[in-house]
Amino acid sequence: MSALTFTPSGIYCPAGDFYIDPWRPVPRALITHGHADHARGGMGAYLATDLAAPVMRHRLGDIPLETVSYGEVRQIGGASVSFHPAGHVPGSAQIRVEVAGEVWVASGDYKVVDDGLSTPFEPVTCHHFITESTFGLPVFRWQDQREIAAQINAWWAGCAAAGKTAFLGCYALGKAQRLLTLLDPEIGQILTHTAIENTNAVMRAQGIDLPTTVLAGPDLVPKDHPGALVLAPPSALDSAWARKFGPNETAFASGWMALRGIRRRRSGDRGFVISDHPDWSGLLEAIKATGAENIYVTHGYTDIFARYLSESGWNAQVVPTEFGGDEAEDAA
Amino acid sequence: MKSFAALFNAIDQSTKTTVKVAALADYFQTAPETDRIWTIAIFSGRRPKRAVTTTRLREWGAEVAGIPLWLFEESYPIVGDLAETIALVLPPPASDTDHGLSHWINLLRSLSDVDEDARKTEVLSAWDSLDTTQRFLFNKLLTGGFRIGISQKLMTRALARATGRGEAEMAHRLMGDWDPASTTWEQLIEAEDPTSDASRPYPFYLAYGLDAAAETLGEPEEWQAEWKWDGIRGQLILRDGAHYVWSRGEELMTHRFPELARALDFIPDGTVLDGELLVWSSDGLQSFNALQKRIGRKTVPKKLLSEAPVILYAYDLLEWQGDDIRQKPLAKRRATLCDLCDNLPSDTPVKLSPSVAFDSWEALAAIRATARDASAEGLMLKRLDSPYLTGRKKGDWWKWKLDPLTIDAVMIYAQSGHGRRANLFTDFTFAVWKGNELIPFTKAYSGLTDDEFRRITAWVKKNTRERFGPVRSVTPEHVFEIAFEGIQASPRHKSGVALRFPRMSRWRHDKPINEANSLDDLNDMLNTFG
Repeated sequence: MSALTFTPSGIYCPAGDFYIDPWRPVPRALITHGHADHARGGMGAYLATDLAAPVMRHRLGDIPLETVSYGEVRQIGGASVSFHPAGHVPGSAQIRVEVAGEVWVASGDYKVVDDGLSTPFEPVTCHHFITESTFGLPVFRWQDQREIAAQINAWWAGCAAAGKTAFLGCYALGKAQRLLTLLDPEIGQILTHTAIENTNAVMRAQGIDLPTTVLAGPDLVPKDHPGALVLAPPSALDSAWARKFGPNETAFASGWMALRGIRRRRSGDRGFVISDHPDWSGLLEAIKATGAENIYVTHGYTDIFARYLSESGWNAQVVPTEFGGDEAEDAA
Repeated sequence: MKSFAALFNAIDQSTKTTVKVAALADYFQTAPETDRIWTIAIFSGRRPKRAVTTTRLREWGAEVAGIPLWLFEESYPIVGDLAETIALVLPPPASDTDHGLSHWINLLRSLSDVDEDARKTEVLSAWDSLDTTQRFLFNKLLTGGFRIGISQKLMTRALARATGRGEAEMAHRLMGDWDPASTTWEQLIEAEDPTSDASRPYPFYLAYGLDAAAETLGEPEEWQAEWKWDGIRGQLILRDGAHYVWSRGEELMTHRFPELARALDFIPDGTVLDGELLVWSSDGLQSFNALQKRIGRKTVPKKLLSEAPVILYAYDLLEWQGDDIRQKPLAKRRATLCDLCDNLPSDTPVKLSPSVAFDSWEALAAIRATARDASAEGLMLKRLDSPYLTGRKKGDWWKWKLDPLTIDAVMIYAQSGHGRRANLFTDFTFAVWKGNELIPFTKAYSGLTDDEFRRITAWVKKNTRERFGPVRSVTPEHVFEIAFEGIQASPRHKSGVALRFPRMSRWRHDKPINEANSLDDLNDMLNTFG
């Protein structure tokens, strides 16, 4: 029997009797990272990295959660298990499972470039590699994040000069903190929506260094903060809360902004192409680096990406999962 | 092309009209004149002749990107735009150049004169010297179809601001058959006589749909009602002994409707008429279905000409005896039009679209309900003292259309959209019951909110039964109300019917699938309205 199998509840390890990122309640779940489509409530027991734990507790409450460090090997039944940096968000992991010499890696969500915030992605040699394919099309090609940072800061400075508040829509966990480290505090103050500030607080408490932010709560007087940039979840950009800031421009930061059509559908003023997932060449680079012959393609452009891998000599197949919901789209 | 790319980005990235107008006006004041002319031309749908087929462009794009052609072809519908797909898959450029827009247009124009190898060399070298946005624009010029959300209204407003002239004058100057390659800024925008070109049409006046009760329009005697025809809006120009027929989309259709040439025999020179092109045979006005045979035909065989002869059903007079009379009130223009049409022999291909008499809004509502019997889509309401305005303006003209026909149908197939709907399922096939079988009868793409599209997309992902390429069959579970404007028999379709303008008008969460309509219901509608 395979070390990992695909079941209606999620990715399952028979030898260790555990699931990885299950989408239905199971007795024992190993969790790659805290995004809602991977870390769900109701599991009998959780295992995740120590770096991912604070956010998971913040989101899921008082859960039976045990933690491991990156690289630490655990024996669970007949499986030896270890977590390795996935570079997606702080604390995110690829999970390596070895049973009788057969090595599988479930990579969850990952990105191969160093964002300066998350522990950088480390390729893990394996026989079987489970990969996402959120941006598994050759039209996705990310620019260096310094380039994107320059674009965002230029836009912000332009807004500030025109007397407008700059609203930057982004996902609260991961993307927001990455953007914080890219913003130029010389331009003005950085205000944050509650959802983002809550996650900031969790990360600061675990020792992650983030720049100074001001919570844009109900008592905040917008005119006291001219030239500010407000980080907010996309859903908050068109709300009474946002409107009280007066003249503003809105932008979104996501890999999807690479496509003009999607940029236009979001109907913001700007779209910045920055993602916590790999682009086309990042996916191929990661897959090659594992040395795996068998590739299981999950959430994203699964059919197309798997076909390309098959034609390029891998033994690739599509695996249906329930990863990648609305939240994941915002987070991309 | 950097300044043109900057203009494009400013327009494309903003949702605010004021920002777009300001960016355009600034460009019209600062760019070289030839670039301005080409910008106007491109944004109003005039483009250089396509010199390279899209098949070649796909092949070259895939080749330069180092990906198999099938992968390019799979990516294209997801991006939704060929020019953009190519711009995105290409590796970063080796060099950085900055030639003006006219330089690239001239290059494209020169491609028609060289062989394919030379074309390929030119295109590949252009790709290798332009950044992603400029590549996208270059590809757009190459493939045509430059629809980037610049309405005529927006452009004329920007031109008016840049030149200090009136918007209506600008709109009129941009109409017609001018060639950007040989027209100067001076001729197009500044020359004193805007009617120097005999073929130049007037900008069409367009109506909004009436969104309130007719009673809110005031006194009935201040209004004229006409049937709203389901044909092709057209402008017939008779000047200098020649005639020209223009569509609302500014397409010159003169040769598609040769029967209108006879108007020259009966109507004096210096006349411009606004009306609807419709099929009129020996037993009178025909439905849109009859006109469909003529649509898209560049040349018309004799047989079709006698089977489906077209007339202009005129409802307004814009120029009379060589004078632009658009500023005169509708009542006056209409009186002159009536006199003109009264004296035309019955076989003239121009007839007066009659007005509909009424003395109260209530009575008019009752008349509107009978529109389908009159082969009309509803009524037009026009204020009798209104001038003939430019573009879509609220206030003086209103469309008062019939409510659409509706049917409740079951969703059975889903396909993802493209362009701005790339990662959503937005294209659906619907079915009605025939006994225990669901028979597909229409597709629909529009009508749901973004939120509803997101919800149905999440549902489709979890309820896919089978995949056929990009199409997925889904569990029959959801009922939608499909609204449409017309129905006709169609042997090409399994259901035997084809709908006109189908869209999803409501997601019937309240209806189980066994309460959806049946093929018999559709056939009843076909018998009544077809």
